[in-house]
Amino acid sequence: MLNAMIVEPQDNVVVAIEPIAKGDTVTYTCQGETKTLTAVEDITIYHKLAAKDIAKGEPIVKYGEHIGLAAVDIKAGEHVHCHNLEEHRENLEEKE
Amino acid sequence: MTFYGYRRPDGRVGVRNKVLILPTSLCASDTTRVIAQQVEGAVTFNNQQGCSQVASDQQMTMDVMAGYAANPNIYGTVVVSLGCENCQMDLVVEAIKERTNKPLEQVIIQEVGGTLKAIDKAVRYAKEMVAEASMLQKEEFPLSELIIGTECGGSDPTSGLAANPLIGQLSDLIVAEGGTSILSETTEFIGAEHILARRAATPEIHDRIFEIVHRYEKALQLVGEEVREGNPSPGNKAGGLTCLEEKSLGCIHKGGHSPVNAVYDYAKQVESKQGLVIMDTPGNDPSSVAAMVAGGAQVVVFSTGRGTPTGHPIAPVIKITGNRITFANMEDNIDVDASPIIYGGKTLAQLGDELLELVAQVASGKQTRAESLGYTETAIARVCNYV
Repeated sequence: MLNAMIVEPQDNVVVAIEPIAKGDTVTYTCQGETKTLTAVEDITIYHKLAAKDIAKGEPIVKYGEHIGLAAVDIKAGEHVHCHNLEEHRENLEEKE
Repeated sequence: MTFYGYRRPDGRVGVRNKVLILPTSLCASDTTRVIAQQVEGAVTFNNQQGCSQVASDQQMTMDVMAGYAANPNIYGTVVVSLGCENCQMDLVVEAIKERTNKPLEQVIIQEVGGTLKAIDKAVRYAKEMVAEASMLQKEEFPLSELIIGTECGGSDPTSGLAANPLIGQLSDLIVAEGGTSILSETTEFIGAEHILARRAATPEIHDRIFEIVHRYEKALQLVGEEVREGNPSPGNKAGGLTCLEEKSLGCIHKGGHSPVNAVYDYAKQVESKQGLVIMDTPGNDPSSVAAMVAGGAQVVVFSTGRGTPTGHPIAPVIKITGNRITFANMEDNIDVDASPIIYGGKTLAQLGDELLELVAQVASGKQTRAESLGYTETAIARVCNYV
């Protein structure tokens, strides 16, 4: 059963669309392909979890865009939220 | 597609037919509340400003007042002032007349001899206006006459995944019908402004989009504050939104995929038949909705994840959620369930067509949930703003 979704293929987080418990298999489809990983902690419905390992300082990517930086090393299947995402304002005008 | 609305003498088309009792300051607001309670068909709001303001701050209040009176959902306006406030009667009347030629009456509390005499006079003006308004017959109009305001509030991650994309779909349909759709909430462009700027119709509009975002951030920094300290809200975070960038990337979906044809300052009059435009408003819902209604929006579509009751005294507000739990939990407040976009059953295109149909029905008079509950809260933005 699908219990998560990814917004853009390049995202490194997925969104739980059902309540997910520690140890559950997380299943989502990306570009028609079914992908799975294991939740390493409970994930509240509609919260995010890492789709892959994300090293400290790397961008967290959702909607194909940077939403912040990993404040610590984050393992695939971990909850991604205020405790491990560092807010980071980019100069998007210069980046264009 | 068409709707049945009210033709106004200034050429615009209303979807409601109310008489506005307009308080020019806080000191007239209790009086207008009593007046509006006495007249079936009249509306008012609690104006917390109107006095003791610096010029740029007062201008925002003036634009909301003039815009409310000019909004085509209003038949005519009875302006009530205390008499000594900064937003003087003659200034407010002049600002209204710059936007519209609709019926207008004035009552100054200090000049007519106090509260009871002011109420008596204003109630009589308002009753006469309502009687005139009630004689109007609705006519059929194309959807191109509509200016739609779009808003998100009490957001959660489903807002960006379902409800806001649905509003974006509606926005594109309204643009295709030849109407105007307003994307608002500048604070919630932060981190996503480059995506909107890429869709600017001209280089000037591209630069304006960056300008309104940077101006907003700088205004708060001038007083030692950061926008992100108040946004996302605790409820946004509990729902799963972590940071402002994530919220913004979901928020801008309300603008669909159309080119951005204009950027308006807060509460300025928006042109009809202009496609997608941006208005510079705070993320704070009542003050953002206020600006779009002042700009001329006859209908507001409003997404929510956590569930909000927000309505408006002048424009019907249609509530949409992509959160199936919230839809079940707050069914009395929410008009549309967008969760099939996440869970399947209906496509975005199908739901978009249904929403366009609902907008046409609401424009023709169908009551929204917020209207049925009598929600009319409104707020006016200030210099060094809400976030």
